[in-house]
Amino acid sequence: MKTQNQRGWLFVLPVLILVAFNALVPLMTVVNYSVQETFGDNLFFWHGLGWFEDVLRSERFHAALGRQVLFTATILIIEVPLGVAIALTMPRKGFWVPVCLVLMSLPLLIPWNVVGAMWNIFTLPDIGLLGYFLNNVVGIDYNMTQSPLAAWVTVIVMDVWHWTSLVVLLAYAGLISIPDAYYQAAKIDAASGWAVFRHIQLPKMKRVLTIAILLRFMDSFNIYTEPFVLTGGGPGNSTTFLSIDLVKVALGQFDLGPAAAMSLIYFAFTLLVSWLFYTIMTRDEQ
Amino acid sequence: MAKITLDSLRHSYLDAPAGDDDFALKRMDLEWKDGGAYALLGPSGCGKTTLLNIISGLLTPSEGRVLFDERDVTDEPPDRRNIAQVFQFPVIYDTMSVYNNLAFPLRNRGVPEDQVDARVREIAEILDLSNRLRTRASGLGPDDKQKISMGRGLVRNDVNVIMFDEPLTVIDPAQKWKLRSKVKELHQKIGVTMIYVTHDQTEALTFADQVVVMQDGEIVQIGTPVDLFECPRHTFVGHFIGSPGMNILPCEMDGGRATFQGVTVETAGTPAAPAGARTEIGIRPEFVSLGATGIPARVRKAADIGRHTVLDAMAGDVPVSAIIDGAAPEPGSEIHLVFNPAHTRVYADGWLAMQESTT
Repeated sequence: MKTQNQRGWLFVLPVLILVAFNALVPLMTVVNYSVQETFGDNLFFWHGLGWFEDVLRSERFHAALGRQVLFTATILIIEVPLGVAIALTMPRKGFWVPVCLVLMSLPLLIPWNVVGAMWNIFTLPDIGLLGYFLNNVVGIDYNMTQSPLAAWVTVIVMDVWHWTSLVVLLAYAGLISIPDAYYQAAKIDAASGWAVFRHIQLPKMKRVLTIAILLRFMDSFNIYTEPFVLTGGGPGNSTTFLSIDLVKVALGQFDLGPAAAMSLIYFAFTLLVSWLFYTIMTRDEQ
Repeated sequence: MAKITLDSLRHSYLDAPAGDDDFALKRMDLEWKDGGAYALLGPSGCGKTTLLNIISGLLTPSEGRVLFDERDVTDEPPDRRNIAQVFQFPVIYDTMSVYNNLAFPLRNRGVPEDQVDARVREIAEILDLSNRLRTRASGLGPDDKQKISMGRGLVRNDVNVIMFDEPLTVIDPAQKWKLRSKVKELHQKIGVTMIYVTHDQTEALTFADQVVVMQDGEIVQIGTPVDLFECPRHTFVGHFIGSPGMNILPCEMDGGRATFQGVTVETAGTPAAPAGARTEIGIRPEFVSLGATGIPARVRKAADIGRHTVLDAMAGDVPVSAIIDGAAPEPGSEIHLVFNPAHTRVYADGWLAMQESTT
């Protein structure tokens, strides 16, 4: 019989307490709100799963969720291949390596609301560099405060500009960890450029790409600040993503019950997709 | 299959090499016979891998030509040379099965699928991989992975040479021996030229018919394992091969005879050292024995290595090793060392300096 040392629990305790206070306890208050109704005066009534039913049936939630899924899918489809492509063209050694790395990191260092503000000004039709250029030089009628399509394109381009670097840096880290011998062996085996990518580079990048896709999924699915600063969710509701809508319900209308139910559904959805994705990607690694 | 000729080859990694020291490989002319089993032996950083990469085409030499039979392949890329290379760390295509790994070089060359299948099965049989053809290559141990890298070379029936770049580095000791015999067995079965790079003398001497010893980008000696052991052409070879290595003892030349610690030493033939050169006596510990008279020395320590004893002695301030049978004298005791004349040679500035060769 093996004796087990239980002292390890003691060392985990501080973290456990910390996590409890900054995550578990707040989450539980949300759970608490989600099953109650109030008419003010701090009086609460049991409402069961009513809010959940309401939210799941609400057309407004469906629309926000639809926009959110469309947005996340679009940026993933653009950012992941683009990031990998940029990483592939980056030099493996020499003077240009640090230059490229710093250039790539720059967008990541800018605070989110600054990114939103930058792009807001950048795209103003009368004084913004891009807005003025598109309207007066190229001759496209571009105004993202009026056209939903223009707003969508701007939000997506902004996200690609801000976050593709993350995919690039992770993919690059995966690429430079491939020993030269693999490329040499591939040369000897007469492998084509595509075969090298498909059978050497892509498999070696699989782990980092899994992380990159997970991070980009979670961040973009929870995105709030940048589109809020850029478009405020408009024009109309056209760029009102889930978290923008959630804040409207919770803080704008002060509907705590529905907002809490919506938060939990939102959270469960993010968690479920992340878990499914990670499980599928790592299923043959044991 | 082909004979490989290196014609006044020289290589530097610098763009504008100035002196001889800038060359990773010094000028060399060398011929590798078709079907030979060669070992390229030398310490780390001596240019073995550089030479190997030049033969495989991964590197283009700064000067000189590489010929396969009489065809100049100096500027041809690796895939046009029909060579195979096994690297220090096993290179396999992780996502593919063992079968697809072996089939990969053939499919890339557009070989029809029925021929691919026949060839892959044949090679898998030789490498004892037949029962694992369908498993994913990434799950195998390092020894099997090295076999797959070897197999990817062997499946091509037109392969000119298979090169091994320290292939046993990551293999456990128990598997090392097995894999080494497998390589040897393959050579006998297939008869393709093999060049085996290593810094391990045991690997080199057990594998090769001809061993090429390199030091500082230069070929110091080419010979059979017996040649290298019995008649090293350079003190480096003497020291590098053998355990313990050859004794290299500074000596004076006096009227064409060598003297060590004031004692005249008989040599195998007449020494021919140029005047002013740094002269040394080279004698292997195996050929040093104890006698009633000879070179006086004091025993420092004795190590029992089974059937023999390795004796560490000091003749004056020069250490001398001897391998002797029977009981060893106590540390600290005074002894006399006797050198077997047939195996005693004089080296001048490191190179063998004898008038007539004894082998």
